Amino acid sequence: MSNLQSQDYIRISATTLTPPSVRRHEQEVAKLIDVTRCIGCKACQAACMEWNDLRGEVGHFEGTYDNPLDLDPNTWTLMRFTEWDNDQGNLEWLIRKDGCMHCEDPGCLKACPAPGAIVQYANGIVDFISENCIGCGYCVKGCPFNIPRVSKVDHKSYKCTLCSDRVTVGREPACVKACPTGAIMFGSKSDMTAWAGERVIDLKARGFENAGLYDPPGVGGTHVMYVLHHADRPSLYAGLPDNPKISALVEVWKGFLKPLAVAGVALAAVAGFFHWITLGPNEVQPEDEAAAAKLINDSQGRT
Amino acid sequence: MSYPRGTIVRNTTAARINHWITAACFVLLMLSGLSMFHPLLFFLSALFGSGQWARAIHPWIGCVLLVSYAGLIVQFWRDNFWNWDDIAWMAAIVRVLRNEEEGVPEVGRFNAGQKFVFWSMGLLVPALFLTGLVIWEYYFGAATSIETQRAAALIHSYAAIAAIIIWITHVYAAIWVRGSMRGMTQGYVTPGWAWRHHRKWLRSLVATGSPGPRPRRAGENS
Repeated sequence: MSNLQSQDYIRISATTLTPPSVRRHEQEVAKLIDVTRCIGCKACQAACMEWNDLRGEVGHFEGTYDNPLDLDPNTWTLMRFTEWDNDQGNLEWLIRKDGCMHCEDPGCLKACPAPGAIVQYANGIVDFISENCIGCGYCVKGCPFNIPRVSKVDHKSYKCTLCSDRVTVGREPACVKACPTGAIMFGSKSDMTAWAGERVIDLKARGFENAGLYDPPGVGGTHVMYVLHHADRPSLYAGLPDNPKISALVEVWKGFLKPLAVAGVALAAVAGFFHWITLGPNEVQPEDEAAAAKLINDSQGRT
Repeated sequence: MSYPRGTIVRNTTAARINHWITAACFVLLMLSGLSMFHPLLFFLSALFGSGQWARAIHPWIGCVLLVSYAGLIVQFWRDNFWNWDDIAWMAAIVRVLRNEEEGVPEVGRFNAGQKFVFWSMGLLVPALFLTGLVIWEYYFGAATSIETQRAAALIHSYAAIAAIIIWITHVYAAIWVRGSMRGMTQGYVTPGWAWRHHRKWLRSLVATGSPGPRPRRAGENS
């Protein structure tokens, strides 16, 4: 995505300063994907390609409905199909629209070393600003959902923008607009949470006693949420993480050790400087040369 | 290369070329690496053209450094074995730091501090290379699991910080102990320098009539 008005940022990657923060009144948005109403038509996938002008390579058929097989720099959303034999021995076809979850606490942004390459807008959308991206792939390591993909062609990382360009001008994301069953909804996060609550009540009434909303607290909640028939087992849905959070390895890598390490390097240099001005250089003395000359002479005298 | 009369060869021409290729690689790796480590140091990426350039060139320089450091190991490993002299020298480290050379135990071609730099880099360079391969997005982005890449990025970052701190010590010691820098640029030191800092080494050279840097072995021509 291109760079929107910078006052809309609440988080900016690789910056030590406070981002512009006067617009905190803006309402947080959310996309609600009701997996229980999805028919797997892939209209959302087509709409995403259409709006964002993405054309991936034509791949190979591998005996699955997943097409393409994985997210890639040209595929920002993907229907993942799971055939699950439920506890009653019946087949359930679980179809999940995969893509960026737009975490409230984005691991990609935390890991990113390039200033301004990843931003979070006041409405909660996490966006990649391609011109600032350096292609290191740290976002891939930061993400708890395995979403970003780095292009081999232009060395930039890509993922769903939640159609930040459309949302900015008051329109819903392209996938929402295209969905024929109303399985993808878009609005304020509070409205979407309330709507999901109604859906969950309905699903429970119809026998899905573990139905629920997927808004994982481990990443501070997400701006893309799912209604799941089996919210007690998210991993049934093509490996949706049961309890996603930013990896402890990433937290250590990008945590308190980082400024401490820079301070350590600076301290080593400062210590050297003070050693120099207090104890000074270690100079060879005339006595050393004399002693060495004597050693050499004595040796030559012997031979 | 010809050396001034009466001086001792500290480092051969091959060793010096090898050293300075390694040094150049290390400095470039440090600058590009730090630019990707802390936001306050991102400006260093401009030295390489841009963040994209710094990211792209960093691993290739790392490959050169691995080969170059392997060369240094070949050049110097014999003189870097740890021995009892090193323990005695370490015990006198405070005197060394105060420039009070009297009473500091005699050491061979390298003292314990130099050996520490040699072996710690000997450990850190391969560690940085291997973890660096894992996080080399373009070629190996799909070669390992993301969890492995996270661990590799963590180890790579802090191993590099350790290497940088050791490098600062190494550079400062070369500035502090006068005459050392010339030993690695023009390759020679005075006998007095060798007497003051590496007396056992000087004795071994004198005893065998060697011009340096290593004592002459029995049967070698003068």
